[in-house]
Amino acid sequence: MQYLFSVIDDTAGAATPDEDAAIDVFNERLQAEGRWVFAGGLGAPVSATVIDNRGGEAIFTDGPFVESKEYLAGFWIIEAADLDEALKLAAEGSKACNRKVEVRPFL
Amino acid sequence: MSVAGVREAITRAHHEEWARVVATLTRRFGDLDIAEEAAAEAFATAVERWQADGVPPSPGAWLTTTASRKAIDRIRRESKRGEKQKEAQLLYDDAPPQPVGTIDDERLRLIFTCCHPALAMETRVALTLRMVAGLTMPEIARAFLVQEATMGQRITRAKAKIKTARIPYRVPSPEDLPARVAGVLEVLYLVFNEGYLATGPDTDPVRHDLTAEAIRLTRLIRVLMPDDGEVAGLLALMLLTEARRTARISASGELVTLDQQDRRTWDADLIAEGHRLVRARLAAGVAPGRYQILAAINAVHTSARDIRDTDWSQVIALYDQLARLDPSPIIALNRAIAVAELDGPDVAIAAIDRLDDKLAGYHAYHAARADLLRRLGRDRESRAAYDRAIELAGNTAETAYLTRRRDQLP
Repeated sequence: MQYLFSVIDDTAGAATPDEDAAIDVFNERLQAEGRWVFAGGLGAPVSATVIDNRGGEAIFTDGPFVESKEYLAGFWIIEAADLDEALKLAAEGSKACNRKVEVRPFL
Repeated sequence: MSVAGVREAITRAHHEEWARVVATLTRRFGDLDIAEEAAAEAFATAVERWQADGVPPSPGAWLTTTASRKAIDRIRRESKRGEKQKEAQLLYDDAPPQPVGTIDDERLRLIFTCCHPALAMETRVALTLRMVAGLTMPEIARAFLVQEATMGQRITRAKAKIKTARIPYRVPSPEDLPARVAGVLEVLYLVFNEGYLATGPDTDPVRHDLTAEAIRLTRLIRVLMPDDGEVAGLLALMLLTEARRTARISASGELVTLDQQDRRTWDADLIAEGHRLVRARLAAGVAPGRYQILAAINAVHTSARDIRDTDWSQVIALYDQLARLDPSPIIALNRAIAVAELDGPDVAIAAIDRLDDKLAGYHAYHAARADLLRRLGRDRESRAAYDRAIELAGNTAETAYLTRRRDQLP
Protein backbone atom coordinates (compact mmCIF):
# COMPACT_ATOMS: atom_id res chain seq x y z
CA MET A 1 0.00 0.00 0.00
CA GLN A 2 1.40 3.39 -1.00
CA TYR A 3 0.70 6.74 0.58
CA LEU A 4 1.41 10.26 -0.58
CA PHE A 5 2.76 12.61 2.09
CA SER A 6 2.24 16.18 0.91
CA VAL A 7 4.38 18.75 2.65
CA ILE A 8 2.27 21.85 3.28
CA ASP A 9 4.12 25.11 3.64
CA ASP A 10 2.82 28.48 4.72
CA THR A 11 6.09 30.20 5.50
CA ALA A 12 7.17 31.03 1.91
CA GLY A 13 10.66 29.90 2.63
CA ALA A 14 13.01 27.13 1.53
CA ALA A 15 14.14 24.53 4.06
CA THR A 16 16.86 25.67 6.45
CA PRO A 17 20.15 23.69 6.61
CA ASP A 18 18.95 22.09 9.89
CA GLU A 19 15.69 21.03 8.25
CA ASP A 20 17.56 19.67 5.22
CA ALA A 21 19.79 17.62 7.50
CA ALA A 22 16.81 16.20 9.41
CA ILE A 23 15.04 15.37 6.11
CA ASP A 24 18.16 13.50 4.94
CA VAL A 25 18.19 11.40 8.11
CA PHE A 26 14.49 10.60 7.67
CA ASN A 27 14.98 9.72 3.98
CA GLU A 28 17.87 7.39 4.76
CA ARG A 29 15.73 5.63 7.31
CA LEU A 30 12.87 5.23 4.82
CA GLN A 31 15.32 3.71 2.35
CA ALA A 32 16.92 1.40 4.92
CA GLU A 33 13.49 0.11 5.96
CA GLY A 34 12.39 -0.43 2.39
CA ARG A 35 9.59 2.15 2.64
CA TRP A 36 10.99 4.69 0.24
CA VAL A 37 9.29 5.01 -3.15
CA PHE A 38 10.03 8.58 -4.18
CA ALA A 39 10.34 12.06 -2.70
CA GLY A 40 11.21 15.56 -3.76
CA GLY A 41 10.99 19.24 -3.00
CA LEU A 42 9.18 21.61 -5.36
CA GLY A 43 9.92 25.10 -6.62
CA ALA A 44 7.85 27.92 -5.13
CA PRO A 45 4.25 28.37 -6.42
CA VAL A 46 5.32 31.38 -8.50
CA SER A 47 7.28 28.95 -10.69
CA ALA A 48 4.11 27.01 -11.62
CA THR A 49 2.33 27.06 -14.98
CA VAL A 50 -1.14 25.56 -15.49
CA ILE A 51 -2.00 24.05 -18.87
CA ASP A 52 -5.57 23.38 -20.03
CA ASN A 53 -5.76 21.43 -23.27
CA ARG A 54 -9.32 20.20 -22.97
CA GLY A 55 -10.64 22.54 -25.64
CA GLY A 56 -8.40 21.72 -28.60
CA GLU A 57 -5.95 24.50 -27.93
CA ALA A 58 -3.54 24.42 -25.01
CA ILE A 59 -4.00 27.45 -22.79
CA PHE A 60 -1.18 28.39 -20.46
CA THR A 61 -1.78 30.23 -17.22
CA ASP A 62 1.02 31.68 -15.16
CA GLY A 63 1.01 30.65 -11.50
CA PRO A 64 -0.50 27.80 -9.44
CA PHE A 65 -4.00 26.36 -10.12
CA VAL A 66 -5.22 27.71 -6.82
CA GLU A 67 -3.90 30.78 -5.06
CA SER A 68 -3.64 30.17 -1.34
CA LYS A 69 -1.49 30.94 1.62
CA GLU A 70 -0.72 27.25 2.05
CA TYR A 71 0.87 25.38 -0.81
CA LEU A 72 2.55 22.11 -1.66
CA ALA A 73 6.28 22.42 -0.96
CA GLY A 74 7.28 18.80 -1.57
CA PHE A 75 6.18 15.23 -1.10
CA TRP A 76 7.07 11.70 -0.21
CA ILE A 77 5.60 8.53 -1.62
CA ILE A 78 6.07 5.74 0.88
CA GLU A 79 5.13 2.12 1.37
CA ALA A 80 3.18 1.21 4.53
CA ALA A 81 0.96 -1.70 5.56
CA ASP A 82 -1.87 0.49 6.81
CA LEU A 83 -2.82 3.99 7.92
CA ASP A 84 -1.42 3.50 11.44
CA GLU A 85 2.05 2.82 10.02
CA ALA A 86 1.70 5.69 7.56
CA LEU A 87 0.59 8.15 10.25
CA LYS A 88 3.56 7.29 12.46
CA LEU A 89 5.96 7.90 9.57
CA ALA A 90 4.14 11.10 8.62
CA ALA A 91 4.51 12.37 12.19
CA GLU A 92 8.26 11.83 11.92
CA GLY A 93 8.35 13.37 8.45
CA SER A 94 6.50 16.45 9.70
CA LYS A 95 9.01 16.82 12.52
CA ALA A 96 11.98 16.37 10.16
CA CYS A 97 10.87 18.95 7.58
CA ASN A 98 9.24 21.19 10.21
CA ARG A 99 6.04 21.55 8.20
CA LYS A 100 2.54 20.12 8.12
CA VAL A 101 2.11 16.86 6.22
CA GLU A 102 -1.09 15.56 4.60
CA VAL A 103 -1.42 11.79 4.23
CA ARG A 104 -3.46 10.33 1.37
CA PRO A 105 -3.68 6.77 0.11
CA PHE A 106 -3.05 5.79 -3.49
CA LEU A 107 -5.92 3.79 -4.97
CA MET B 1 -44.65 -16.68 22.60
CA SER B 2 -46.49 -13.37 23.04
CA VAL B 3 -45.80 -10.46 20.74
CA ALA B 4 -44.48 -8.49 23.70
CA GLY B 5 -42.23 -11.40 24.69
CA VAL B 6 -40.72 -11.61 21.22
CA ARG B 7 -40.26 -7.87 21.07
CA GLU B 8 -38.46 -7.96 24.39
CA ALA B 9 -36.23 -10.82 23.22
CA ILE B 10 -35.31 -8.84 20.12
CA THR B 11 -34.57 -5.69 22.11
CA ARG B 12 -32.38 -7.69 24.46
CA ALA B 13 -30.60 -9.42 21.57
CA HIS B 14 -30.09 -6.04 19.94
CA HIS B 15 -28.46 -4.67 23.09
CA GLU B 16 -26.36 -7.74 23.74
CA GLU B 17 -25.51 -9.01 20.29
CA TRP B 18 -25.50 -6.14 17.78
CA ALA B 19 -21.85 -5.13 18.30
CA ARG B 20 -20.70 -8.74 18.31
CA VAL B 21 -22.53 -9.54 15.05
CA VAL B 22 -21.11 -6.43 13.32
CA ALA B 23 -17.62 -7.11 14.69
CA THR B 24 -17.62 -10.78 13.69
CA LEU B 25 -18.88 -10.02 10.19
CA THR B 26 -16.42 -7.18 9.70
CA ARG B 27 -13.64 -9.60 10.57
CA ARG B 28 -14.97 -12.30 8.31
CA PHE B 29 -15.82 -10.17 5.26
CA GLY B 30 -13.34 -7.34 5.76
CA ASP B 31 -15.92 -4.63 5.18
CA LEU B 32 -17.78 -2.47 7.69
CA ASP B 33 -20.48 -1.54 5.21
CA ILE B 34 -21.38 -5.15 4.42
CA ALA B 35 -21.26 -6.05 8.12
CA GLU B 36 -23.57 -3.20 9.11
CA GLU B 37 -26.11 -3.87 6.40
CA ALA B 38 -26.15 -7.63 6.98
CA ALA B 39 -26.54 -7.18 10.74
CA ALA B 40 -29.49 -4.82 10.18
CA GLU B 41 -31.09 -7.32 7.79
CA ALA B 42 -30.58 -10.17 10.24
CA PHE B 43 -32.39 -8.26 13.00
CA ALA B 44 -35.21 -7.39 10.58
CA THR B 45 -35.51 -11.08 9.70
CA ALA B 46 -35.54 -11.98 13.40
CA VAL B 47 -38.61 -9.77 13.89
CA GLU B 48 -40.48 -11.93 11.35
CA ARG B 49 -39.04 -15.36 12.07
CA TRP B 50 -38.99 -15.32 15.87
CA GLN B 51 -42.66 -14.38 15.88
CA ALA B 52 -43.48 -17.41 13.72
CA ASP B 53 -40.91 -19.95 14.93
CA GLY B 54 -40.20 -18.79 18.47
CA VAL B 55 -37.01 -17.27 19.87
CA PRO B 56 -34.04 -19.54 19.06
CA PRO B 57 -32.14 -21.07 22.01
CA SER B 58 -29.02 -19.06 21.15
CA PRO B 59 -30.14 -15.72 19.67
CA GLY B 60 -26.57 -14.50 19.15
CA ALA B 61 -25.56 -17.54 17.09
CA TRP B 62 -28.81 -17.36 15.09
CA LEU B 63 -28.21 -13.67 14.30
CA THR B 64 -24.56 -14.20 13.35
CA THR B 65 -25.44 -17.11 11.03
CA THR B 66 -28.33 -15.24 9.45
CA ALA B 67 -26.25 -12.08 9.01
CA SER B 68 -23.40 -14.09 7.45
CA ARG B 69 -25.83 -15.56 4.90
CA LYS B 70 -27.13 -12.08 4.06
CA ALA B 71 -23.56 -10.84 3.62
CA ILE B 72 -22.66 -13.75 1.33
CA ASP B 73 -25.81 -13.07 -0.72
CA ARG B 74 -24.82 -9.45 -1.14
CA ILE B 75 -21.23 -10.28 -2.09
CA ARG B 76 -22.49 -12.81 -4.67
CA ARG B 77 -24.88 -10.24 -6.10
CA GLU B 78 -22.14 -7.67 -6.35
CA SER B 79 -19.44 -9.97 -7.68
CA LYS B 80 -21.79 -10.63 -10.62
CA ARG B 81 -21.63 -6.94 -11.33
CA GLY B 82 -17.86 -6.86 -11.18
CA GLU B 83 -14.77 -7.68 -9.26
CA LYS B 84 -14.39 -4.15 -7.93
CA GLN B 85 -15.71 -5.09 -4.51
CA LYS B 86 -12.95 -7.59 -3.85
CA GLU B 87 -10.21 -5.03 -4.40
CA ALA B 88 -11.36 -2.70 -1.69
CA GLN B 89 -11.07 -4.83 1.39
CA LEU B 90 -10.70 -3.50 4.87
CA LEU B 91 -7.38 -4.43 6.33
CA TYR B 92 -7.41 -6.61 9.36
CA ASP B 93 -4.91 -8.36 11.46
CA ASP B 94 -5.23 -12.13 11.34
CA ALA B 95 -3.77 -12.58 14.80
CA PRO B 96 -6.27 -12.92 17.63
CA PRO B 97 -6.82 -9.60 19.42
CA GLN B 98 -4.08 -8.69 21.89
CA PRO B 99 -5.24 -9.79 25.32
CA VAL B 100 -5.70 -6.30 26.70
CA GLY B 101 -7.67 -7.44 29.68
CA THR B 102 -8.56 -11.00 30.41
CA ILE B 103 -11.10 -11.32 27.64
CA ASP B 104 -10.37 -11.29 23.91
CA ASP B 105 -13.22 -9.92 22.00
CA GLU B 106 -13.87 -9.00 18.40
CA ARG B 107 -15.81 -6.01 19.63
CA LEU B 108 -12.60 -4.31 20.78
CA ARG B 109 -11.36 -4.17 17.18
CA LEU B 110 -14.64 -2.59 16.17
CA ILE B 111 -14.51 0.04 18.92
CA PHE B 112 -10.92 1.03 18.21
CA THR B 113 -11.61 1.29 14.49
CA CYS B 114 -14.69 3.49 15.01
CA CYS B 115 -12.73 5.73 17.40
CA HIS B 116 -9.62 6.00 15.21
CA PRO B 117 -7.77 9.31 15.65
CA ALA B 118 -7.71 9.88 11.88
CA LEU B 119 -11.49 10.39 12.03
CA ALA B 120 -13.06 13.67 13.18
CA MET B 121 -14.53 13.56 16.67
CA GLU B 122 -18.14 13.95 15.49
CA THR B 123 -17.55 11.13 13.00
CA ARG B 124 -16.15 8.88 15.73
CA VAL B 125 -19.20 9.54 17.86
CA ALA B 126 -21.62 8.82 15.01
CA LEU B 127 -19.78 5.69 13.88
CA THR B 128 -19.54 4.30 17.42
CA LEU B 129 -23.25 4.85 18.02
CA ARG B 130 -24.12 3.12 14.73
CA MET B 131 -21.63 0.24 14.62
CA VAL B 132 -21.11 -0.52 18.31
CA ALA B 133 -24.30 0.67 19.99
CA GLY B 134 -26.57 -0.22 17.06
CA LEU B 135 -28.53 3.05 17.06
CA THR B 136 -30.33 3.73 13.81
CA MET B 137 -29.40 6.61 11.55
CA PRO B 138 -32.55 8.64 12.47
CA GLU B 139 -31.81 8.10 16.18
CA ILE B 140 -28.25 9.37 15.84
CA ALA B 141 -29.33 12.30 13.69
CA ARG B 142 -31.94 13.27 16.30
CA ALA B 143 -29.43 12.94 19.13
CA PHE B 144 -27.12 15.49 17.55
CA LEU B 145 -29.79 17.68 15.97
CA VAL B 146 -28.62 17.23 12.41
CA GLN B 147 -30.52 16.16 9.32
CA GLU B 148 -30.73 12.44 8.77
CA ALA B 149 -29.17 12.83 5.32
CA THR B 150 -26.23 14.75 6.81
CA MET B 151 -25.66 12.05 9.40
CA GLY B 152 -25.96 9.31 6.79
CA GLN B 153 -23.41 11.07 4.63
CA ARG B 154 -21.03 11.47 7.57
CA ILE B 155 -21.14 7.74 8.30
CA THR B 156 -20.85 6.79 4.62
CA ARG B 157 -17.79 9.02 4.24
CA ALA B 158 -16.23 7.54 7.35
CA LYS B 159 -16.68 4.00 6.06
CA ALA B 160 -15.15 5.05 2.73
CA LYS B 161 -12.16 6.60 4.47
CA ILE B 162 -11.62 3.53 6.64
CA LYS B 163 -11.59 1.39 3.52
CA THR B 164 -9.61 3.62 1.13
CA ALA B 165 -7.01 4.92 3.58
CA ARG B 166 -6.74 1.48 5.22
CA ILE B 167 -7.56 2.23 8.80
CA PRO B 168 -6.67 -1.14 10.30
CA TYR B 169 -9.23 -3.35 11.98
CA ARG B 170 -7.29 -4.27 15.07
CA VAL B 171 -6.57 -3.54 18.69
CA PRO B 172 -3.67 -1.05 18.89
CA SER B 173 -0.22 -2.19 19.93
CA PRO B 174 0.58 -1.96 23.66
CA GLU B 175 2.65 1.23 23.24
CA ASP B 176 -0.22 2.99 21.45
CA LEU B 177 -2.93 1.60 23.71
CA PRO B 178 -3.13 4.26 26.48
CA ALA B 179 -3.59 7.10 23.98
CA ARG B 180 -6.10 5.11 21.95
CA VAL B 181 -8.12 4.08 25.01
CA ALA B 182 -8.20 7.76 26.03
CA GLY B 183 -9.63 8.51 22.57
CA VAL B 184 -12.39 5.91 23.03
CA LEU B 185 -13.28 7.25 26.49
CA GLU B 186 -13.46 10.78 25.09
CA VAL B 187 -16.09 9.60 22.61
CA LEU B 188 -18.13 7.92 25.35
CA TYR B 189 -17.90 10.92 27.68
CA LEU B 190 -19.03 13.21 24.89
CA VAL B 191 -22.09 11.03 24.24
CA PHE B 192 -22.85 11.01 27.97
CA ASN B 193 -22.50 14.77 28.33
CA GLU B 194 -24.67 15.47 25.31
CA GLY B 195 -27.31 13.38 27.07
CA TYR B 196 -26.72 14.94 30.46
CA LEU B 197 -26.67 18.55 29.32
CA ALA B 198 -28.62 18.32 26.11
CA THR B 199 -28.39 21.46 24.01
CA GLY B 200 -31.05 23.01 21.81
CA PRO B 201 -34.15 25.07 22.45
CA ASP B 202 -36.65 22.30 21.71
CA THR B 203 -34.74 19.46 23.34
CA ASP B 204 -35.43 17.72 26.63
CA PRO B 205 -32.94 19.04 29.19
CA VAL B 206 -31.71 15.50 29.85
CA ARG B 207 -31.56 12.93 27.07
CA HIS B 208 -31.78 9.73 29.03
CA ASP B 209 -31.41 7.65 25.85
CA LEU B 210 -27.91 9.09 25.36
CA THR B 211 -26.75 8.83 28.98
CA ALA B 212 -28.02 5.24 29.10
CA GLU B 213 -26.27 4.39 25.83
CA ALA B 214 -22.99 5.91 27.03
CA ILE B 215 -23.19 3.91 30.26
CA ARG B 216 -23.99 0.72 28.37
CA LEU B 217 -20.99 1.22 26.05
CA THR B 218 -18.67 2.08 28.94
CA ARG B 219 -19.81 -1.06 30.75
CA LEU B 220 -18.96 -3.02 27.63
CA ILE B 221 -15.47 -1.48 27.43
CA ARG B 222 -15.05 -2.25 31.11
CA VAL B 223 -15.84 -5.93 30.51
CA LEU B 224 -13.33 -5.94 27.66
CA MET B 225 -10.61 -4.02 29.54
CA PRO B 226 -11.22 -4.75 33.23
CA ASP B 227 -7.74 -3.67 34.36
CA ASP B 228 -7.85 -0.17 32.92
CA GLY B 229 -8.25 2.38 35.73
CA GLU B 230 -9.57 5.17 33.54
CA VAL B 231 -12.29 2.95 32.08
CA ALA B 232 -13.42 2.14 35.63
CA GLY B 233 -13.12 5.82 36.52
CA LEU B 234 -15.29 6.96 33.63
CA LEU B 235 -17.93 4.33 34.42
CA ALA B 236 -17.99 5.43 38.08
CA LEU B 237 -18.23 9.08 37.03
CA MET B 238 -21.18 8.34 34.74
CA LEU B 239 -22.98 6.23 37.36
CA LEU B 240 -22.58 8.82 40.12
CA THR B 241 -23.83 11.54 37.77
CA GLU B 242 -26.71 9.46 36.41
CA ALA B 243 -27.76 8.61 40.00
CA ARG B 244 -28.74 12.28 40.49
CA ARG B 245 -30.52 12.60 37.14
CA THR B 246 -34.13 12.77 38.36
CA ALA B 247 -33.24 15.06 41.29
CA ARG B 248 -31.49 17.47 38.96
CA ILE B 249 -34.55 18.62 37.04
CA SER B 250 -37.69 19.89 38.77
CA ALA B 251 -41.23 18.95 37.74
CA SER B 252 -41.45 22.26 35.87
CA GLY B 253 -38.29 21.47 33.90
CA GLU B 254 -35.92 23.71 35.82
CA LEU B 255 -32.37 22.83 36.86
CA VAL B 256 -32.07 21.99 40.57
CA THR B 257 -28.59 22.75 41.86
CA LEU B 258 -26.70 20.28 44.05
CA ASP B 259 -27.48 22.14 47.29
CA GLN B 260 -31.23 22.15 46.54
CA GLN B 261 -31.59 18.53 45.41
CA ASP B 262 -33.69 16.07 47.38
CA ARG B 263 -30.96 13.56 48.13
CA ARG B 264 -33.46 10.84 49.03
CA THR B 265 -34.38 10.64 45.34
CA TRP B 266 -30.82 9.82 44.27
CA ASP B 267 -30.47 6.30 42.92
CA ALA B 268 -28.86 4.36 45.79
CA ASP B 269 -27.89 1.35 43.64
CA LEU B 270 -26.02 3.45 41.09
CA ILE B 271 -24.30 5.36 43.90
CA ALA B 272 -23.28 2.12 45.62
CA GLU B 273 -21.87 0.74 42.37
CA GLY B 274 -20.03 4.00 41.65
CA HIS B 275 -18.57 4.08 45.15
CA ARG B 276 -17.40 0.46 44.83
CA LEU B 277 -15.58 1.32 41.61
CA VAL B 278 -13.94 4.40 43.17
CA ARG B 279 -12.83 2.41 46.25
CA ALA B 280 -11.37 -0.33 44.05
CA ARG B 281 -9.34 2.28 42.15
CA LEU B 282 -8.06 3.81 45.40
CA ALA B 283 -7.07 0.33 46.59
CA ALA B 284 -5.21 -0.33 43.32
CA GLY B 285 -2.63 2.25 44.42
CA VAL B 286 -1.98 3.45 40.87
CA ALA B 287 -1.82 7.20 40.21
CA PRO B 288 -5.35 8.06 39.01
CA GLY B 289 -6.14 9.73 35.68
CA ARG B 290 -8.66 12.44 34.95
CA TYR B 291 -11.82 10.33 35.02
CA GLN B 292 -10.87 8.60 38.24
CA ILE B 293 -10.34 11.94 39.99
CA LEU B 294 -13.63 13.31 38.64
CA ALA B 295 -15.33 10.13 39.88
CA ALA B 296 -13.73 10.58 43.30
CA ILE B 297 -15.07 14.16 43.49
CA ASN B 298 -18.53 12.86 42.68
CA ALA B 299 -18.08 10.13 45.28
CA VAL B 300 -17.43 12.83 47.92
CA HIS B 301 -20.63 14.66 46.91
CA THR B 302 -22.75 11.53 46.86
CA SER B 303 -21.40 10.43 50.27
CA ALA B 304 -22.87 13.47 52.00
CA ARG B 305 -26.43 13.07 53.28
CA ASP B 306 -26.79 16.82 53.32
CA ILE B 307 -24.95 19.55 51.42
CA ARG B 308 -23.61 20.78 54.80
CA ASP B 309 -21.95 17.39 55.40
CA THR B 310 -19.90 17.71 52.20
CA ASP B 311 -16.17 17.32 52.79
CA TRP B 312 -15.20 20.45 50.84
CA SER B 313 -11.50 20.29 51.71
CA GLN B 314 -11.41 16.82 50.16
CA VAL B 315 -13.16 18.17 47.05
CA ILE B 316 -10.61 20.99 46.79
CA ALA B 317 -7.69 18.58 47.27
CA LEU B 318 -9.04 16.44 44.42
CA TYR B 319 -9.40 19.49 42.16
CA ASP B 320 -5.79 20.37 42.97
CA GLN B 321 -4.76 16.86 41.94
CA LEU B 322 -6.80 17.22 38.74
CA ALA B 323 -5.27 20.62 37.96
CA ARG B 324 -1.81 19.05 38.07
CA LEU B 325 -2.88 16.63 35.31
CA ASP B 326 -4.93 19.14 33.35
CA PRO B 327 -4.34 22.82 34.19
CA SER B 328 -7.50 23.96 32.40
CA PRO B 329 -9.49 27.08 33.41
CA ILE B 330 -12.67 24.98 33.73
CA ILE B 331 -11.07 22.94 36.49
CA ALA B 332 -9.92 26.15 38.17
CA LEU B 333 -13.53 27.38 37.97
CA ASN B 334 -14.91 24.25 39.61
CA ARG B 335 -12.24 24.42 42.29
CA ALA B 336 -13.22 28.03 43.02
CA ILE B 337 -16.88 26.99 43.41
CA ALA B 338 -15.80 24.50 46.08
CA VAL B 339 -13.60 27.17 47.71
CA ALA B 340 -16.69 29.36 48.11
CA GLU B 341 -18.22 26.69 50.36
CA LEU B 342 -15.09 26.35 52.49
CA ASP B 343 -13.63 29.87 52.62
CA GLY B 344 -16.58 32.02 51.54
CA PRO B 345 -17.72 33.70 48.32
CA ASP B 346 -15.31 36.66 48.70
CA VAL B 347 -12.27 34.36 48.40
CA ALA B 348 -13.87 32.45 45.52
CA ILE B 349 -14.84 35.54 43.50
CA ALA B 350 -11.23 36.71 43.46
CA ALA B 351 -10.13 33.36 42.03
CA ILE B 352 -12.96 33.34 39.48
CA ASP B 353 -12.36 36.89 38.24
CA ARG B 354 -8.85 35.87 37.24
CA LEU B 355 -10.34 33.42 34.72
CA ASP B 356 -12.27 36.06 32.79
CA ASP B 357 -10.03 36.21 29.71
CA LYS B 358 -10.22 32.43 29.24
CA LEU B 359 -13.84 31.68 30.16
CA ALA B 360 -15.72 34.80 29.04
CA GLY B 361 -17.62 32.70 26.46
CA TYR B 362 -18.58 29.89 28.86
CA HIS B 363 -22.05 30.09 30.44
CA ALA B 364 -21.05 28.18 33.60
CA TYR B 365 -18.41 30.81 34.35
CA HIS B 366 -21.00 33.60 34.34
CA ALA B 367 -23.52 31.45 36.24
CA ALA B 368 -20.97 30.78 39.01
CA ARG B 369 -20.01 34.46 39.16
CA ALA B 370 -23.64 35.53 39.27
CA ASP B 371 -24.30 33.23 42.22
CA LEU B 372 -21.26 34.43 44.19
CA LEU B 373 -22.01 38.10 43.51
CA ARG B 374 -25.60 37.53 44.67
CA ARG B 375 -24.32 35.98 47.90
CA LEU B 376 -22.01 38.98 48.37
CA GLY B 377 -24.94 41.38 47.90
CA ARG B 378 -23.46 42.87 44.72
CA ASP B 379 -26.85 42.69 43.00
CA ARG B 380 -26.22 44.91 40.00
CA GLU B 381 -23.11 42.96 38.96
CA SER B 382 -24.92 39.71 39.72
CA ARG B 383 -27.78 40.65 37.39
CA ALA B 384 -25.33 41.42 34.56
CA ALA B 385 -23.62 38.07 35.08
CA TYR B 386 -26.98 36.23 35.03
CA ASP B 387 -27.86 38.04 31.79
CA ARG B 388 -24.63 36.87 30.19
CA ALA B 389 -25.06 33.30 31.48
CA ILE B 390 -28.64 33.12 30.12
CA GLU B 391 -27.43 34.40 26.78
CA LEU B 392 -24.80 31.66 26.53
CA ALA B 393 -26.62 28.68 28.10
CA GLY B 394 -27.92 26.12 25.59
CA ASN B 395 -29.78 23.84 27.99
CA THR B 396 -33.45 24.64 28.59
CA ALA B 397 -33.40 23.62 32.29
CA GLU B 398 -30.36 25.79 32.98
CA THR B 399 -31.90 28.76 31.20
CA ALA B 400 -35.10 28.42 33.26
CA TYR B 401 -33.13 28.21 36.50
CA LEU B 402 -30.87 31.17 35.70
CA THR B 403 -33.83 33.31 34.62
CA ARG B 404 -35.68 32.68 37.89
CA ARG B 405 -32.59 33.45 39.98
CA ARG B 406 -32.03 36.68 38.09
CA ASP B 407 -35.63 37.74 38.48
CA GLN B 408 -35.48 37.07 42.22
CA LEU B 409 -32.70 39.60 42.69
CA PRO B 410 -33.86 42.63 44.65
